[in-house]
Amino acid sequence: MVDLRELYQQVVLDHNRSPRNFKQLPNANRTAEGTNPLCGDQITLYLVVTNDVIEDVGFQGAGCAISQASASLMTAAVKGKTKTEADALFHAFHAMVTGGPNGAIDEKALGKLAALSGVRQFPVRVKCANLPWHTLHEALAGSGDTVSTEEGGSDTPDDPDRR
Amino acid sequence: MRQVSTPLVATRARRDVATVRQDFPVLSGTANGRPLVYLDNAATSQKPRAVIESLVRFYQTENANIHRGVHELSQRATLAYEAARAKLQRFLNAGDPHEVIFVRGATEAINLVASSFGRIRFRPGDEVVVSAMEHHSNLVPWQIACEIAGARLRVIPMSDAGELDLDALRDMLGDRTRLVAVVHVSNSLGTINPVTEIVRMAHDAGAPVLVDGAQAAPHMPIDVQELDADFYALSGHKMFGPTGIGVLYGKAKLLEAMPPYQGGGEMIRSVTFEKTTYAPLPAKFEAGTPHIAGAIGLGAAVDYLRGLSWEWIQHHEHDLLEYATEQLRFVPGLRIVGTAARKAAVISFVLEGVHAHDIGTILDQSGIAIRTGHHCTQPVMDRLGIPATARASFAFYNTREEVDALVRGVQEVRAVFG
Ligand SMILES: Cc1ncc(COP(=O)(O)O)c(C=O)c1O
Repeated sequence: MVDLRELYQQVVLDHNRSPRNFKQLPNANRTAEGTNPLCGDQITLYLVVTNDVIEDVGFQGAGCAISQASASLMTAAVKGKTKTEADALFHAFHAMVTGGPNGAIDEKALGKLAALSGVRQFPVRVKCANLPWHTLHEALAGSGDTVSTEEGGSDTPDDPDRR
Repeated sequence: MRQVSTPLVATRARRDVATVRQDFPVLSGTANGRPLVYLDNAATSQKPRAVIESLVRFYQTENANIHRGVHELSQRATLAYEAARAKLQRFLNAGDPHEVIFVRGATEAINLVASSFGRIRFRPGDEVVVSAMEHHSNLVPWQIACEIAGARLRVIPMSDAGELDLDALRDMLGDRTRLVAVVHVSNSLGTINPVTEIVRMAHDAGAPVLVDGAQAAPHMPIDVQELDADFYALSGHKMFGPTGIGVLYGKAKLLEAMPPYQGGGEMIRSVTFEKTTYAPLPAKFEAGTPHIAGAIGLGAAVDYLRGLSWEWIQHHEHDLLEYATEQLRFVPGLRIVGTAARKAAVISFVLEGVHAHDIGTILDQSGIAIRTGHHCTQPVMDRLGIPATARASFAFYNTREEVDALVRGVQEVRAVFG
């Protein structure tokens, strides 16, 4: 049996209870909305991007602890980063949560985001953790559309809901 | 009228949950290394050995297409398929086996009526009435049919407890009402709706009624003639039968007046390029090769239920409902959603500060299977102002010990989240 405390680490519970950057940004020049229709997770992401740098970031939303903590941790991690750096973080994060129970974790690159490593033991929860990151990707790509975890293909093949 | 069971059958009926559990192989299994506690019966029920074996027996000894072959095997398959229809007729107390149409499930049953009945009866300005607690499968088909016809969808409101407002229904019914479609037992709230009364009211206004019985069939005896329902929809997999098979009951007079839902083999009398005439009921609505084994398996499920006693089932499930309701009240911050006076053994709940999805994951680690989310009833969630619930739904094979496991599991959720 896997340990629940690995999934619900203190850092995760703390970010769920008191999310960081939980606010709308009136001066945002990029926004995107992400939803996970399966369980009703929803987040709206606000970015202020200048010369490829994420100068400010905020989010609002509701949903499970994993999605909300992931959003909070993500906003803290990408603030001040360039788009390229944020993309690299996304890749490291994605590799961690979809890497299977014994996958490697690049703790140096991930920093606090490693608190969500427990998700790799819970394949059905991968899309909860990834939702904010897909939304960020969408916001940076600038299409401004709603992201749905039921549509994107990038969680496959580790996502059991799609099998 | 429903046949009274003979004293012999009554004394033979099993009334002991430990014995009944042995009929369901999956129940002695594990999940996440713990004994399985299966409390997701409203999503799908488990299957007794008799049903599983009926499928194997069919494929091993009788498999052939039906209504087509002159050969012996095809005749045996046809007999078994039609015998299953007769069993479902008896189960529903339908007047005639031709009023029992085999379909994929409740969803297809409802789509069949919405599409076929809607095509001939719904016109611009007409009204179709549904309730505030419909499963999406008894809502979306009517939205589609109304859109095609230019008709209007009306919604019977419900109270915070999850009870329909029949006074509002009375005001809604009128000479524009073409049909009332209502759920018998709500899958997300457990409410048992007063369908007899709803049917009477609708008939007084001249409107036929479709009852979505997907969640009623596993919990209570159904008598479509006593209800006077015009259509009644069932899903086999929710009543201990296989997936992929269900029943639409319809009054013969209505079904005969309706155009076919799908065209193809089996449903025709004669075909030329100029003109095709349709087969009589029930073949008119069973185009193509049906789920033969599934129908036979559903027949076996109905036979299995006949070997139990509804009185025992209802008594036992009521005990589980009362016990679980009482025990869950002790969990701090837990609120039960759906508190109608008449309920089936379904308990939806929310836990303060914890999303339903997290509850589901933590319970799963203890081998406890529940459902979390909106349960395909998003308008119910919106009406009650909640994003999702956790739902424990019981069947007659569940036990008080499983309720205890559920309560321990929810207390662990409390402990994790503080
Ligand atoms: C009340 C109700 N109606 C209809 C359905 C649809 O059943 P199926 O998916 O088997 O067609 C369900 C299934 O959850 C249900 O609970």
